[in-house]
Amino acid sequence: MGMAKGFGVTWRQMFRPRLTTEYPDAKRPKPERFHGRHVLNRYEDGMEKCIGCELCAGVCPAKCIYVRGADNPPDAPVSPGERYGFVYEINYLRCIHCDLCVEACPTEAITETKLFEFSFTNREDAIYTKAELLVDDDGRARRQPWELWMGDEDDHTSAWMRATSPSGDAEFEGRIAWSNELGFGERPAEPAQGPKASPDA
Amino acid sequence: MSAILAGDPLLSHGIDFEVVLIVIAKTVVVFALLLVLVMFYIWFMRKVIADMQNRIGPNNAGPWGILQTLADGIKFFFKEQSIPDTADRTVFRLAPYLSVVPAFLAFSIVPIGGKVSILGHQTYLQLADPPIGVLFLLMMSGIGLYGVMLAGWASGSKYPLLGSVRASAQLLSYEAAFGLSVVAVLLHAGTLSTRGIANAQAWTSWHSFVTDWYWSIAIVSFVIFVIAAIAETDHPPFDLVEAEQELVGGFHTEYTGIRFAIFFLAGFMNVITMSAIAVTLFLGGPSGPALGFLPKTGVVNVWLMPIFWFFSKLMVLLFGTVWIRASLPRLRYDQLMDLGWKWLIELAFLAVMVTAVVVVARDQGWERWIAVPAAFGGAILVLGLLRLCMPKADEAVSEVA
Repeated sequence: MGMAKGFGVTWRQMFRPRLTTEYPDAKRPKPERFHGRHVLNRYEDGMEKCIGCELCAGVCPAKCIYVRGADNPPDAPVSPGERYGFVYEINYLRCIHCDLCVEACPTEAITETKLFEFSFTNREDAIYTKAELLVDDDGRARRQPWELWMGDEDDHTSAWMRATSPSGDAEFEGRIAWSNELGFGERPAEPAQGPKASPDA
Repeated sequence: MSAILAGDPLLSHGIDFEVVLIVIAKTVVVFALLLVLVMFYIWFMRKVIADMQNRIGPNNAGPWGILQTLADGIKFFFKEQSIPDTADRTVFRLAPYLSVVPAFLAFSIVPIGGKVSILGHQTYLQLADPPIGVLFLLMMSGIGLYGVMLAGWASGSKYPLLGSVRASAQLLSYEAAFGLSVVAVLLHAGTLSTRGIANAQAWTSWHSFVTDWYWSIAIVSFVIFVIAAIAETDHPPFDLVEAEQELVGGFHTEYTGIRFAIFFLAGFMNVITMSAIAVTLFLGGPSGPALGFLPKTGVVNVWLMPIFWFFSKLMVLLFGTVWIRASLPRLRYDQLMDLGWKWLIELAFLAVMVTAVVVVARDQGWERWIAVPAAFGGAILVLGLLRLCMPKADEAVSEVA
């Protein structure tokens, strides 16, 4: 009577809780280290962090980043120091969100947010320039008309870097070693991993 | 003329303008009812299957997503309709209508309510009550196959053709068992008219549920009817006709837009019609207990209660079809043929014979406790003999070799 058993299974399922998340009205929490679209961060005084070194462009395996640096104008510097990112473009039709650019960046200027829902209607929208990538004065990502985000989804623009020790040494795991980024995104470090960091070991 | 139209008292006193008007009104109501039922059924099916799979199902169009089918239908109207180069264009265009018209017609004989009075005319709440009632149903389900057959043939493409060949083979295999399972009811009721069959199962008391309704008296035929009806409507688990893993979409592979929608409409209408026929033949049709505290001839008890009982029973059967759809995997082709030819037809034959004995015993006043068990015993004996005569699988192979 395998058939009756089958009917029993479907009958029982009717009274069990639904697993559906009613996207996009409701969204499931994203993983700690989610790789979404990038932002270009600023210092607290509003200076851009990017120094136009093109390391991100060099490391990008998808060749989706285009950077041109320029000398800071002496009377109105864009970034502290000598040079700044004059042109900064990321082509999201090519980007694979590997985060190598974030790791390569010496000034932590580029980080990835958790925003990933964008639907362009033309290819030009897919190329984010400084106008789209640069954070606002309050340090938050700029919302583009074709992007879908709600609530506090633009929090935590620096998930991945924050969870890692800058030196790569496990001793440093759990320490927030992040330079003074603007505003928000400050949150507890991930639980320690590996035998060294574990309190029991 | 009156012999053909008979049945309905509406037509027995000559035909005047009011009668024509009533018939037209009934036609429109039945037409609309069937379309709304299909809309409702598709939504209901999607919701129930979603429940059985821990999902939510359609919930955006209208309250609880009830307008989802309407939205889908409107979308189909605006989609491109393509015809393959190799298609037989005339037949290709004709096929969907050959499929949908019989589906509509078959529903016309279903009694959905009791005997009511409209504009002073006594009439049944059913579109037509021909004396050949059940034969009409068999005719329509047979004609409906032409739509499927011709669609597959006219598409000029291999998968549709395979699908339609399967459809005809399947319908042929199950039509016999289907017809024979109906015969048991006809023997009990002594009439072909659907109204007559429904009246024979009229509600007298609570024991009518078991003693008057044919599902219990002709339980074997009822089971065979349900299985064969599911197979005839190409409903899972008998949906080999459109087995998408093997045939893309079966006979409607090449169809797009509203023509495709019409095939779907016809398919779901057939499921609803078959369920309604099962209600009529085996579950007493619109009969059921009236509300005792209201007047017997009041609007509620004459109009509403029979309709309520009919649709309640229909809902139960429709839920059953959805449950089957959600639970059972598709049959293999040889299993389909085995079940049809080696089991259902024999059982249906024997059920008819047992029924005949029971009916004769009833009419002749034979001792029931001897005649009925004797008939059953004889039937089981014959079935055993028949199965002994069947070649085993390995024997059949060795003969071929």
